[in-house]
Amino acid sequence: MTDGSEQTAPAVWIDALRFSWGRRAGFALSVPELCIAQRESVLLLGASGSGKSTLLSLICGIVTAQAGTVAIAGTDIATLSAGTRDRFRAEQIGVIFQQFNLLPYGSVADNILLPLRFAPQRRARTGDVRIEARRLCDALGLPPGLLDRPAGRLSVGQQQRVAAARALIGRPPLIVADEPTSALDAATQDSFLRVLFEQTQAAGSALMMVSHDERLAPRFDRVLRLEDIAQTKRSAA
Amino acid sequence: MILRLALGSLRARAFTVALTVLAIALSVALFLGVEKVRTGARASFADTISGTDLIVGARSGSVQLLLYSVFRIGNATNNITWESYQDIAARDEVDWIVPISLGDSHRQFRVMGTTQAFFEHYKYRGGRALEIPEGHGLDDLYDAVIGADVAATLGYEIGDPIVVSHGLASFTEHDNQPFRVAGIVARTGTPVDRTVIVSLEAIEAIHVDWQSGAQIPGQVTPVERIRAMDLKPTAITAAMVGVQSRLQIFGLQRWINEYSEEPLLAVLPGVALQELWQIVGIAETALVGVSAMVVVTALLGMTAMIFSSLNERRREMAIWRAMGARPLVILGLLVLEAVLMAALGAVLGMALLYAALGVSRPLIDAAFGLWLPLDPPGLTELWGLLGVVGAAALASLLPALRAYRLSLADGMMVRV
Repeated sequence: MTDGSEQTAPAVWIDALRFSWGRRAGFALSVPELCIAQRESVLLLGASGSGKSTLLSLICGIVTAQAGTVAIAGTDIATLSAGTRDRFRAEQIGVIFQQFNLLPYGSVADNILLPLRFAPQRRARTGDVRIEARRLCDALGLPPGLLDRPAGRLSVGQQQRVAAARALIGRPPLIVADEPTSALDAATQDSFLRVLFEQTQAAGSALMMVSHDERLAPRFDRVLRLEDIAQTKRSAA
Repeated sequence: MILRLALGSLRARAFTVALTVLAIALSVALFLGVEKVRTGARASFADTISGTDLIVGARSGSVQLLLYSVFRIGNATNNITWESYQDIAARDEVDWIVPISLGDSHRQFRVMGTTQAFFEHYKYRGGRALEIPEGHGLDDLYDAVIGADVAATLGYEIGDPIVVSHGLASFTEHDNQPFRVAGIVARTGTPVDRTVIVSLEAIEAIHVDWQSGAQIPGQVTPVERIRAMDLKPTAITAAMVGVQSRLQIFGLQRWINEYSEEPLLAVLPGVALQELWQIVGIAETALVGVSAMVVVTALLGMTAMIFSSLNERRREMAIWRAMGARPLVILGLLVLEAVLMAALGAVLGMALLYAALGVSRPLIDAAFGLWLPLDPPGLTELWGLLGVVGAAALASLLPALRAYRLSLADGMMVRV
């Protein structure tokens, strides 16, 4: 990613987006405009069922919009073929889910390195992948010697940190987090967010977090409400 | 790494996976076992008689001749006169000839009259000769050599008396001339095991007081006088022939089949065995069909198991997708799982079969006279195993395609 335009392109840029689920025609989402700059951290607030997950799926390119543009780090993902889009996601975006982030039967190392399996450039960027995985684990406050443990044996808090390490490895331009703290208690939440912010900044990634919890707001550069940036339509099906 | 994760995923569901693999293993073991028994039975069958170039009998069908002369099933339609027998024996091509005379029985077993030469020339399982570990051959007129099954079923030992019955299921017995068990033939897995062998002269001797199949009323010739008689037979049932050179088999066969004094039939035992096997072989095909169905059932079970796991694994699929795995990877993952399970089942099934064979082989040989060779798996078996794995891959495409569609529709939205 040495191209000049990509160097300055926003991490996420959405323009005149319209989307509706094909079969479940009851729900439609449109986003006139959304821009997240490089290295910017944005909190997107919205109640559950407001279309947050749909928006994340659109940004990650797992579903595609009927109209409009979704550009990640300067690339309009609608122009990519399905296969290229999957690889693009692996290269550009680190994803953290609400919970059950990890493949429980894989080791911690397997889980952290999984996206690199599908992203050769990100892998090349990483250097020695095991050393980097260990470094991230340390930085995220995980106890040492965890790499070869089965991920399913970890506590929920530890699992979220492993998920963060997996999102951060190879320094993707964008980290997408979908309510990553909702399964954690208040104390764990706080320390988790602190190390997540530290490491996101260290990696130089933009962070887009979706939540319904307004108390998280002070940590972010910018706070958006979903109802301000998007219109949702829900017809009684 | 994907392979490791697929293995990990299987390990995480160890119990259901183990059951599925076990089902596949058992079905594969059954399938290969049936195949083994089938080829073993076929080989055993073909090995019933060897070293004999021609079997000669009265003219009938070749299978019928084989059945009554070698397998002692059914009856001869006619006999061969002693003169015809001697004509054949006098031919230059003939190296040896062994007469066989059938028609009487002892309990449920056939009695066969022959000469001591039978023990020299009857060969089975690729040239093995009959062995008489206990006792001796046909030395005295009233000596009987019995097969292993006869001895085991009737509990006979050397020296026990035997009374031969006239005909097959009759109430008239040749009780004035009892035989004595002179020897017991070691188990062969051939019809010899179920045969009471006496000398050709003895067959004549017990019929001295008989005429046209019925006892002459009131006439009982004392044994001493019978022993002094010339007991040359007038007719025999069949004869086994060995030729000087194999090249002469067809010439001699044609000569016998065109013999003008009496309608005769000479068959090559190997060819007749082939013909017979074609009839018996239908059952073997059915057996293979049934065992193949068992394999199909096991694979269906595996498909159902993968199907039922899909719902609880939607989360897992979403993680793979979010990490950049293409839907094709999801599909491949499930097919890989099925292939791994099937391959494991196939290898386990093979191991199971060889273990079972190793243990039970001597028992099977002793009980059924069926010798199952413990060869390394042949090309057919390997293709069969490969077929099982291939069928598993194919069957898993159904749930895999469903997972593919689910992962496209779900995206990252699955909430567990």
